[in-house]
Amino acid sequence: MDRPIPIGTTVVMERTGETMEEMYVNMGPQHPSTHGVLRLMLKLDGEYIIDCIPYIGYLHRCHEKIGENRNYTQIIPYTDRLDYLASMSMNFGYVLAVERLMGQKIPERAEYMRVILAELQRIASHLIWLGTFGLDLGNFTIFMYCFREREMILDLFESVTGQRLNYSFYRIGGMPMDFPETFLTDCQVFLTWFKPRLPEYDAIMTDNILFQKRVQGVGISPPQVAVDYGLSGPMLRACGIKWDLRRNDPYSIYDRFEFDIPVFDTCDVWARYMVRRKEMEESVKIVEQALAQLPPGEVMAKMPKTIKPPAGQIYSRAESPRGEIGFYIISDGSPKPYRYKVRSPAYVNLSALPEMLKGCLVADCVAVLGSVDIVLGEVDR
Amino acid sequence: MMTFASLVERFYAAMAAWGIPWIVPTLIVMVIVVSVVLAYISVAAMFMIWWERKISAHIQVRYGPMRVGGWHGWAQSIADGIKLLLKEDLIPAGADKVVFVLAPMVVFGATVAAYVTIPWAPGLIVRDLNIGILYMVSISSLVVVGIIMAGWSSNNKYATLGALRSAAQAVSYEVPLVLSLLGPVMIAGTMSMGKLVEAQSGRWFGVLPGWFVFPQIVAFLIYFTCALAECNRLPFDIPEAESELVAGFHVEYSGMRFAMFFLAEYANMFVVSAIATTVFLGGWHGPWIPLPGLPREVAHGLFGLVWFQVKCYFLIFVMMWLRWTLARLRVDQLMAFAWKVLLPISFANLIVTGLVLVLGKQALLYVGGIAILLLAAILLAARPAARTVRVGERT
Repeated sequence: MDRPIPIGTTVVMERTGETMEEMYVNMGPQHPSTHGVLRLMLKLDGEYIIDCIPYIGYLHRCHEKIGENRNYTQIIPYTDRLDYLASMSMNFGYVLAVERLMGQKIPERAEYMRVILAELQRIASHLIWLGTFGLDLGNFTIFMYCFREREMILDLFESVTGQRLNYSFYRIGGMPMDFPETFLTDCQVFLTWFKPRLPEYDAIMTDNILFQKRVQGVGISPPQVAVDYGLSGPMLRACGIKWDLRRNDPYSIYDRFEFDIPVFDTCDVWARYMVRRKEMEESVKIVEQALAQLPPGEVMAKMPKTIKPPAGQIYSRAESPRGEIGFYIISDGSPKPYRYKVRSPAYVNLSALPEMLKGCLVADCVAVLGSVDIVLGEVDR
Repeated sequence: MMTFASLVERFYAAMAAWGIPWIVPTLIVMVIVVSVVLAYISVAAMFMIWWERKISAHIQVRYGPMRVGGWHGWAQSIADGIKLLLKEDLIPAGADKVVFVLAPMVVFGATVAAYVTIPWAPGLIVRDLNIGILYMVSISSLVVVGIIMAGWSSNNKYATLGALRSAAQAVSYEVPLVLSLLGPVMIAGTMSMGKLVEAQSGRWFGVLPGWFVFPQIVAFLIYFTCALAECNRLPFDIPEAESELVAGFHVEYSGMRFAMFFLAEYANMFVVSAIATTVFLGGWHGPWIPLPGLPREVAHGLFGLVWFQVKCYFLIFVMMWLRWTLARLRVDQLMAFAWKVLLPISFANLIVTGLVLVLGKQALLYVGGIAILLLAAILLAARPAARTVRVGERT
């Protein structure tokens, strides 16, 4: 398969006749480890993968077209369904784009709330990833451990937003309501509980020699390939490229916090694992600093009844747990966007999968796919 | 001494005295023995399934089954079994029907056949064959034939891949498995399961129990590793790796046929644990006291029965424990581990054991065992890191 594929063509794997040497295996869309309704067409030589084509679109729901028919506030709940494991980050990216388009400033306290919730969401999202990644490699126990901690984060979110998965909590111009009284102490309790859990994950995953053997040197994407494909987030940082929008294109108030950007340069599944594993620690640091600095005050700016951004266009990006979530909005001055486009990180990251899979074994396929950390809601939109 | 074999002989003699043809008492004995063994397997497998769910649950900060039957969901396995029995008997349209139906029977039959030579207690063994251990290892490796039948007849690519993996794995791991069993056999000088246990009755240096696990620690570790692979348990469960092959060779099976695979898996776990207990952990040996009101032999037998079960279930517990804490190996790593690590070590163990036996100094066995372990550890640590194989590179 030669790159690049012209836009609009349907890629079909050419079947040169099934022989004893070559076998075509259809992995998904109902396969237990494709993390949703992804379908991979694998061309195998024994257990080795010669070629792979991901087929997507099973969850397509015209997200962008719907966006053009809703007003700016009504789009927020739709962004929840993009990356349903990190709804806060999706909300964040979208309201940021609209606020930038309007030139709207939001109150200090709301900024801090946004950062706290987004970073907790990053931890929750990485926890799900860690758990399902363990599941892919046959380690069921880590999955339950991660879900225990994620459950606590969801409880926190529930106390703030009343929702456990699709929060729709960010508003254009701030936040709809303040934290409940108990939130700050609950959040501290969670952080003190969570920090000693990370070494536990290390004991069962990172330090396990069987796990290391499975992930090291597998699914390599050289830095050049990563840049060519436009990978972002942990996938890019695992290629030794220090690129994090929270630092490189600071939005909200991320420039006020001290945190490291974990970078590993082995470009394999192991590096992606380590990047996400370290990012959880960094997110804890950010939440702690934000909780300490949280100022009092209003959480919502004075906004007009109907949001009508001035005519113009904007591309605004934010760092979601999966990478660069970008929103491109063209406004014609009406209450509805003229064009609304989402650049979703999982979709772009997934495009590099065939490149990483060639020459791997079938067993590596699930490890590599797991390391890409896709959410089909966001891939298909 | 009153043994099972002598009881059967007396039964035969009594029947012959009554003038009944030999076939009748033979059939009666067969039916009774098979019923008892099958009943034991069913109950034990159901217990193990429930137990594994409880162990996994507690490892994973859950409760596991809590509802069915009241106390800690003890009847969960029974309920599941009834459900599986009542399910529709489904054979895929594209399947090779005869082979598809036969496969679970072959797997289950091979497993059950291995129970013939398990020495449950002093004198309680169905048939103490003089090649008992050889029989057990070879009959339980018939399981893989059933697995290949299942994988092939299902006419499903995942099932085929699982079956092929299973065949490769079984062939690879049976070699070090048999070699590791040879060490104790050389010390005991017999292959009979009963005599192997009796050979472990003494004490090493007057302190340690005379179990072969102490002088043959290397062999024991190799055996246990291979046994995990033999049972398709994690970290060697690649033939049925659910995240890669959905369910591997039994992906097309449902209802009772699936239950037979499931039952056979747990029965097989017991078989490999029984071999380990017999050969390495002293079988039914253990402290015992004469019970009041019972003949000495019966009391010894009862204690032996309990000790054997305790040791077996301890090993099964370790297998479950490993399953819920480790990740799965990859198929090429699995092969490399069998041929490049386990096989040389088991050969080294065999050579050392042979040399020591020729020299006649049993104490040297410990030195040899520890030396092999150290050497293996050093060699393993010094191995260059595995490189990724790309298509075209491999030969």
